[in-house]
Amino acid sequence: MTASTLPVTPGGRPAPLTSPPRGGALRWWLSDVLVLTQRSLARIVREPETLMDVTIQPIVFVLLFAYVFGSAIAIPGGGSYREYLIGGMLGMGIAGTAPGTAVALVTDMSTGLIDRFRSLPMSRAAVLAGRTLADLLTQALGALVVAGVGLAIGWRVHTGIADTLAAFGLALLFGYAFTWAGACLGMVLRSPEAAQQLGFILFLPLMFVSNAFVPTQGMPGWLQAVAVWNPLSALAAACRHLFGNPDPAATVQVWPMQHPVLSVFLWSGALLAVFAPLAVHLYRRKSLT
Amino acid sequence: MADIPAIEAEGLAKRFGATQALAGVDLSVPAGGILGLLGPNGAGKTTAVRILATLLRPDAGRARILGADVVTQPGEVRTRIGLTGQYAALDNYLTGRANLIMIGRLARLGRDQAHRRADELLEHFDLTGAAGRAVKTYSGGMRRRLDLAASLIGRPQVLFLDEPTTGLDPRSRSVMWEIIRELAAAGTTVLLTTQYLDEADQLADQVAVIDAGRVIAAGSPDALKARIGDDRLTLVLAPGSDLAAAAGAVTAYAAGSVRTLPDSPATSGPRISAQVTGRDGITTEVVRSLDAAGVLVTSVTLDRPSLDDVFLTLTGSRAGGSQPAADPVPAELIGGAA
Repeated sequence: MTASTLPVTPGGRPAPLTSPPRGGALRWWLSDVLVLTQRSLARIVREPETLMDVTIQPIVFVLLFAYVFGSAIAIPGGGSYREYLIGGMLGMGIAGTAPGTAVALVTDMSTGLIDRFRSLPMSRAAVLAGRTLADLLTQALGALVVAGVGLAIGWRVHTGIADTLAAFGLALLFGYAFTWAGACLGMVLRSPEAAQQLGFILFLPLMFVSNAFVPTQGMPGWLQAVAVWNPLSALAAACRHLFGNPDPAATVQVWPMQHPVLSVFLWSGALLAVFAPLAVHLYRRKSLT
Repeated sequence: MADIPAIEAEGLAKRFGATQALAGVDLSVPAGGILGLLGPNGAGKTTAVRILATLLRPDAGRARILGADVVTQPGEVRTRIGLTGQYAALDNYLTGRANLIMIGRLARLGRDQAHRRADELLEHFDLTGAAGRAVKTYSGGMRRRLDLAASLIGRPQVLFLDEPTTGLDPRSRSVMWEIIRELAAAGTTVLLTTQYLDEADQLADQVAVIDAGRVIAAGSPDALKARIGDDRLTLVLAPGSDLAAAAGAVTAYAAGSVRTLPDSPATSGPRISAQVTGRDGITTEVVRSLDAAGVLVTSVTLDRPSLDDVFLTLTGSRAGGSQPAADPVPAELIGGAA
């Protein structure tokens, strides 16, 4: 240990150095969120393999479906399966990060780090907001990966730039809202392994009982009813519509399939309205009992 | 301002399910003091710290840090405290410097200020060389030092240290002790919990002995020792000695209880310790009577009472895990309040 005096508080210091300025609450909240977003991104830079769920995984799925299952799947109304696939894969590439959100939060909660955060004069909700914001950025990467591999296998956009951007924006909006469901999962589970497994168990049926990979027309009646109301079906249909890709859901006479873009907005709003306050509530409750 | 205690608790109570973790704890630490909260595992030390650091809400009682109530003014409290928990509260994937900067920013330091303060603390805690490495590559001692540095980044006036040296090797432990002494000398009020009696004795100017959620004794280490009064004679016997016969011989000279500790692979032989009234010739007499009983004595020590004896006298049982042992459970696996 060096012999210099420790740079700590002098006993007679009048006011804490860290006293936040009045009226700066929003600024501090934003600062907290950004610091924590940066933290999550810094981890990715150090361990890029944590990005597998938005890089390798969507590539593998696109290739599997395009070349293995796709040949056996007929699109009602005709059209290329590969063009059909990408609208669905976008949802998978984006919403598929939610189990990762849960894992990251459970891991945080099970170390002392969250206690440190709670003992600081920082915003309570910033931990969750920072995490979901970082996940939104990885989702954007996932969307680019899906689009890239899609272009490589022959997927094309047949509309304009505005529609294309709208499709990606819509997908990211839904992805961000869905991340909060993952955050809630992270608040109720105790081990990262449980979060990983349960996240996957919940997510896979949600993904597959939809029109993301297979048109719903071939499913049994009761399953069809579930699939057409699945928000991921609405997202896939909306993206296909905006990209000008084959969209057999347009012939399904159910409200969400007739209004896919509006459906995605409503679903995103509903997910945010339910899961964001719930996650924050669970986080606070965890902190005080 | 000067007469407000830095830490003040009245009747703190907290129950977890069927466990009464705290059953009415009163504490008071003047500004600049070091209070040692001493007790075995499960005594309620961590619960008390978590309440004082605004991490837990007490079921009953109230606590104030520099006059700010921990329940009704947690934001105020948080600008004044630093907390070093039992397990390093760091992001293992970030570098040491990035951890400090992050915590500095969250502690309301500006960007430049956070960088400067991080470098200052890294240098002081002898971590500059490791500052660019991910924390997961750090040794236990380095991690603890970084953790303590992190809790100092906002220049807290009151510092909580929950078992700051548990699981550390003796050298890292003495480094931590040195740092804690420096902090106190600079005017920081410190509340530290420990199950190591010598640690409280070394560092604290006031000690509160806590057991089963209650403070069972409080005072300066010397005052507590004075309650015991007698000296302690410890004898190490040759391996394989007749412990019962030896205890019988020693009992004749004891002023209090006689404790025996059987031989084990960790010790050099069976041990006997007894409280004896200090007087000339007492050691000689005890050794002589053991000799007469056919017991071979390997070594003899006569100590002033330690806090261990205080604890034993107060509770009638040994303090839990009073030997510094390697922490068997990795920090990552431990969650929640103890």
